[in-house]
Amino acid sequence: MSGSNDHHGGDMPHSTFKGYMTGFVLSVILTAIPFWLVMGDVIKDTGMTALVILGFAAVQIVVHMIYFLHMNFHSEGGWNMLALIFTAVIVFIALAGSLWVMYHLNVNMMPGLMKEYG
Amino acid sequence: MSETTHDTLAGNAERGEPLQFHETTEHHPETGTLLGFWIYLMSDCLIFASLFATYGVLGRSYADGPTGMELFDLPLVAMNTSLLLLSSITYGFAMLKMQANQLRGTMVWLAITGLLGAGFLGLELYEFNHLIHEGAGPWRSGFLSAFFGLVGTHGLHVLFGIVWLVTLLFQLKKHGLIPENQRRLFCLSMFWHFLDVVWIGVFTFVYLMGVLP
Repeated sequence: MSGSNDHHGGDMPHSTFKGYMTGFVLSVILTAIPFWLVMGDVIKDTGMTALVILGFAAVQIVVHMIYFLHMNFHSEGGWNMLALIFTAVIVFIALAGSLWVMYHLNVNMMPGLMKEYG
Repeated sequence: MSETTHDTLAGNAERGEPLQFHETTEHHPETGTLLGFWIYLMSDCLIFASLFATYGVLGRSYADGPTGMELFDLPLVAMNTSLLLLSSITYGFAMLKMQANQLRGTMVWLAITGLLGAGFLGLELYEFNHLIHEGAGPWRSGFLSAFFGLVGTHGLHVLFGIVWLVTLLFQLKKHGLIPENQRRLFCLSMFWHFLDVVWIGVFTFVYLMGVLP
């Protein structure tokens, strides 16, 4: 494994045509379906459509990570993956935390709702 | 595993030979550039996370202004997405040519990647210009501020990627596929694919979810 890396001046992962094409074909499919779902108004329920296209985006991000960015558990002695996992945790906290806090702030502080409930 | 190492060490010491250490883990990379660049990308990812969070919070604050459903032109976005996706695969081809040590092929695919990136940027600028002329500039509402902030930051990244790519074309022309240039090409490839990953988030979270009622 490290033998194949050493031939290419350092520690760059070896890419293959097959790997890139697999990633590309999967990406095209995973991009086309969400666009089709939204533009063709396929699923009538908005919330359901949003969930489905978010799911497709998550899968496509993983596909890009594996086939284009060559992520795995052993490049750079695992430090690449560790940094990625750490970042993913922070990204999740930043996104979910912001949405959660701001949603409740909005709901509880809206003047209109104060009148309704108070 | 550790026992055999001990035996070897003890054996060497008894025989009066210098101690030899065998690395049992993968060898340490000669330079930390690729790991360092990856960590830069991860920190860049956090910038985008905060912009996505801002958009998530403000994305429906229209201030009686135009909504995403009225503004977003999905065929244009689909066009933009395909340009960026194509540029990812053409960069992949450039990397394959680099591995095969073919300078000319590397430069040709790199130039094609740059042109696709420029096309993406052109369409994005056209869209921004169109929005601003419709009175839907970043000052119009919280939604549009967050939109221009997020999509504009991504566009700026693509712009700097293209500047870097053109610089590398000159470097390649001058020095050929020396190890330094191979390393630079690899770093740019990570940067370029990373931008494509961010764009997946943008077209899903901003455009596709933005036109949903």
